[in-house]
Amino acid sequence: MTTFLTLAVLVLVAIAIWQLTKIFELSQLKTAKHQIATNSDNKNNGYMLFGFLIFIYGITIFSFWKYSKFLLPEAGSAHGAEYDDLMLVSMIIIFIVQTITQGLLHYFGYKYSGKEGQKALFYADNDRLEFIWTIIPVIVLAGLILWGLYTWTNIMDVNDEDDPLIVELYAQQFNWTARYGGADNVLGGANVRMIDIDKANVLGLDEGDTYAHDDVIVKELHLPIGRKVNFKMRSQDVLHSAFMPHFRAQMNCVPGMITEFSFTPIYTTEEMRANPDVVAKVKRTNIIRAEKSVSTGEVLDPWKFDYILLCNKICGKSHYNMQMKIIVETEEEYNEWMKGQSTFAETVMQDDASPAFNTLDSASVEE
Amino acid sequence: MSGTAHVDDHAQDDHGHHHKETFVTKYIFSQDHKMIAKQYLITGVLVMGFIGIAMSLLFRMQLAWPGESFPIFEALLGKWAPSGVMDADVYLALVTMHGTIMVFFVLTAGLSGTFSNLLIPLQIGARDMASGFLNMVSYWMFFVSSVIMVISLFVEAGPAAAGWTIYPPLSALPMAQPGSGMGMTLWLVSMAIFIASSLLGSLNYIVTVINLRTKGMSMTRLPLSIWAFFVTAIIGVISFPVLLAAALLLIMDRSFGTSFFLSDIFIQGEVLHYQGGSPVLYEHLFWFLGHPEVYIVLLPALGITSEVMSTNARKPIFGYRAMVASILAIAFLSTIVWGHHMFISGMNPFLGSVFTFTTLLIAIPSAVKAFNYITTLWKGNLQLNPAMLFSIGLVSTFITGGLTGIILGDSTLDINVHDTYFVIAHFHLVMGISALYGLFAGVYHWFPKMFEGKLLNKNLGYVHFWVTAICAYGVFFPMHFVGMAGVPRRYYENTAFPMFDELADIQVLMTVFAIIAGAAQLVFVANFLYSVFYGKVGPKNPWKSNTLEWTAEQKHVHGNWAGDIPEVHRWAYDYSKVDDNGEYIIPGQDFVPQNIPLQEGEEEMNH
Repeated sequence: MTTFLTLAVLVLVAIAIWQLTKIFELSQLKTAKHQIATNSDNKNNGYMLFGFLIFIYGITIFSFWKYSKFLLPEAGSAHGAEYDDLMLVSMIIIFIVQTITQGLLHYFGYKYSGKEGQKALFYADNDRLEFIWTIIPVIVLAGLILWGLYTWTNIMDVNDEDDPLIVELYAQQFNWTARYGGADNVLGGANVRMIDIDKANVLGLDEGDTYAHDDVIVKELHLPIGRKVNFKMRSQDVLHSAFMPHFRAQMNCVPGMITEFSFTPIYTTEEMRANPDVVAKVKRTNIIRAEKSVSTGEVLDPWKFDYILLCNKICGKSHYNMQMKIIVETEEEYNEWMKGQSTFAETVMQDDASPAFNTLDSASVEE
Repeated sequence: MSGTAHVDDHAQDDHGHHHKETFVTKYIFSQDHKMIAKQYLITGVLVMGFIGIAMSLLFRMQLAWPGESFPIFEALLGKWAPSGVMDADVYLALVTMHGTIMVFFVLTAGLSGTFSNLLIPLQIGARDMASGFLNMVSYWMFFVSSVIMVISLFVEAGPAAAGWTIYPPLSALPMAQPGSGMGMTLWLVSMAIFIASSLLGSLNYIVTVINLRTKGMSMTRLPLSIWAFFVTAIIGVISFPVLLAAALLLIMDRSFGTSFFLSDIFIQGEVLHYQGGSPVLYEHLFWFLGHPEVYIVLLPALGITSEVMSTNARKPIFGYRAMVASILAIAFLSTIVWGHHMFISGMNPFLGSVFTFTTLLIAIPSAVKAFNYITTLWKGNLQLNPAMLFSIGLVSTFITGGLTGIILGDSTLDINVHDTYFVIAHFHLVMGISALYGLFAGVYHWFPKMFEGKLLNKNLGYVHFWVTAICAYGVFFPMHFVGMAGVPRRYYENTAFPMFDELADIQVLMTVFAIIAGAAQLVFVANFLYSVFYGKVGPKNPWKSNTLEWTAEQKHVHGNWAGDIPEVHRWAYDYSKVDDNGEYIIPGQDFVPQNIPLQEGEEEMNH
């Protein structure tokens, strides 16, 4: 691929230089003549416009052929399928319109390129035509708007029906922390003013709030399959955005307020790893990583697919590496994992020395 | 028309004073709109444009070859690129300053400042702007704000680096990132001056268009370029003050301890005193300008395109009334769609629904414009000058970029592509590249008006256009796929996520295209500089255009027309108009300039 790219670039540069020198020569010869398009300019650029149309179609086809396998795999959340359907329909509409309009634009540019003696048609108005191309977008957009709004309302309706799991996503420069409501599934009160670094109360939980005592604070997000999760987002310093692309989920984390998002995971990490698209992607990626390890000497471990939480709002120097692993597992696995975690009361309130959250090590042992 | 009369007198006074002009009054503190237009062009487009584009090439190199050492990084970035490897902080600074400079300095001041100043008086038949003095003040304030913005690149801790939208708290807290110290202060000061400059300019444009139109130049006979500049100025007056408010409140939060945008912050081991403010409020204020800003950038480019396309197609612009109505509809809608930048900001989802609705509505006038441009080409006699090619290119990128707006404007679909490369691809095509094409179309078309009849070299123009056109698609078309693969914007490198490993090749491809495109702009600069000094003087009306500026003297005189200002008898689009026998109205000439009275038996187009 890289060789291909390099070659393509070299060819392009060569063409550019060749054209440039040619044009310099031409312009040297013709300095006496004026700089207004002549018949032959019109003809040549007319052909170029036609060629450019082919280029646009070509790069579209090339991109789809080469790059569409890079797109995100099937959505891992219940609302994701609806999102993907709407996206597909919008994309189809876009590509129909794109193909037709670009075709007309450049074809007209080629077909009607100026010739000596050619008479343009004085055609200033046509109410019916304009009505048609006003009303068609109106109808198409009305359909998209209605569908979009319906889906949006469903997705953004964060409610307590169906016994959702309550999870807090806590953002700070430059890492994520998650907090579970614990046995009572209720998050205890918290505020940055109660952060106590000495006691390792890094999320600022209210020790006086009994709901907080059984809260579980972790550095790796585990979710049971099939159960709705209501996320409450907080940030302690600047804006962050909790972006979970595989779940078609995103919400900003805003200091001073709690934002919400909700989705139901429908595939466990293991199931997702078995998805043919994901299998193919992992295979491709690991070939690249192996090659890179050889060429750079820096050893890159083979990659195993995992759901991931990224920060998607510029937040400072290490914005590009602010991530948390998400593991979707069966109810039993989840309960098993949760049993291994200690609560806020057991860590911070008991023993000042140990950290408030369960360290990654203990989490990965459980896994 | 009392205004016209007044200017008339003034111009006649002026003729006697010509010998008194010194170098300073002619080239530096000039009150002549033509000179001010050139000053805007050189400061805004050539100088600031060069800086802005060069920055993008630097960070594109980092994206394509993350962590690699380049001597050019060390040469240009110095201590921020130790042994030639770009630092993550300066990456964000480059991204931020690229956005700021391109959006505000190049595409707002450079584009509107150049062409509104040049064309409004010339195309409406006025001796100069309503207030030449305010016009001069406007330029010099823009100059000062440019200087401050450039100075901010050299401060100890680096320039602003919080993204061109400078969302607090990141932009408000110096401890959040080094760029939020002196660099951000200078950014805010520069922008405050910039806004004042922009307001003075806009008010001047509005007053000039309303009051100084020559006899016969009714609003419905205005060229579409003037309509676009006029409406752009109105949007600017409505929305820029809101950004000034946001900037002032942010300055207060930063320097005087207020809490407009900040609340509940714990950073670097301590709790800050801020309480009760909201960053979301800032987002509302910013985007109340920020979205109309997109149209402030785009409408002048579309206006220029309308004019250039009609002239070079030798056909009237199709659907003049619909074009004016679209400009007005876009202007109105642009002020009520800002929330589509904030679907997932934490604001009430119901608001998201409303903004989805208004946002998708704006696609309708945009679609009408695109269709009208295409129909204008139909059965024309297209003179494919470089300006015409750039206009056709604009319509092409405007469609490609505009269509993906349907996805981003839909609150549902925005969830997963928000702040990814999909957005970058979308807005670079629809407002970045399109507006630049409009700008180039304008420069190629009106260069003879700016430089006393000299023409730009067309062959270099063709090279410039074709290389740019191919590379622009080469950069931004594949970028949609990167975004849909989930890659967030403003990431210093993507190597922390193995899921993005296989996208590395696309990054290289895009960077290579970007570098070639950057090189192509040098062809333009060379052509520009060469033609300013050694360009051949062409005919007085080189493109056989109908608008009034081509009736003005080729040699610049203060007051534009040596004699009386022309009177207007028709709209600007009588190209290839024929009488009942199928003969051109003026035999042997396929255009009828606006100052030619109606011929016997000719019917005026009623618009």
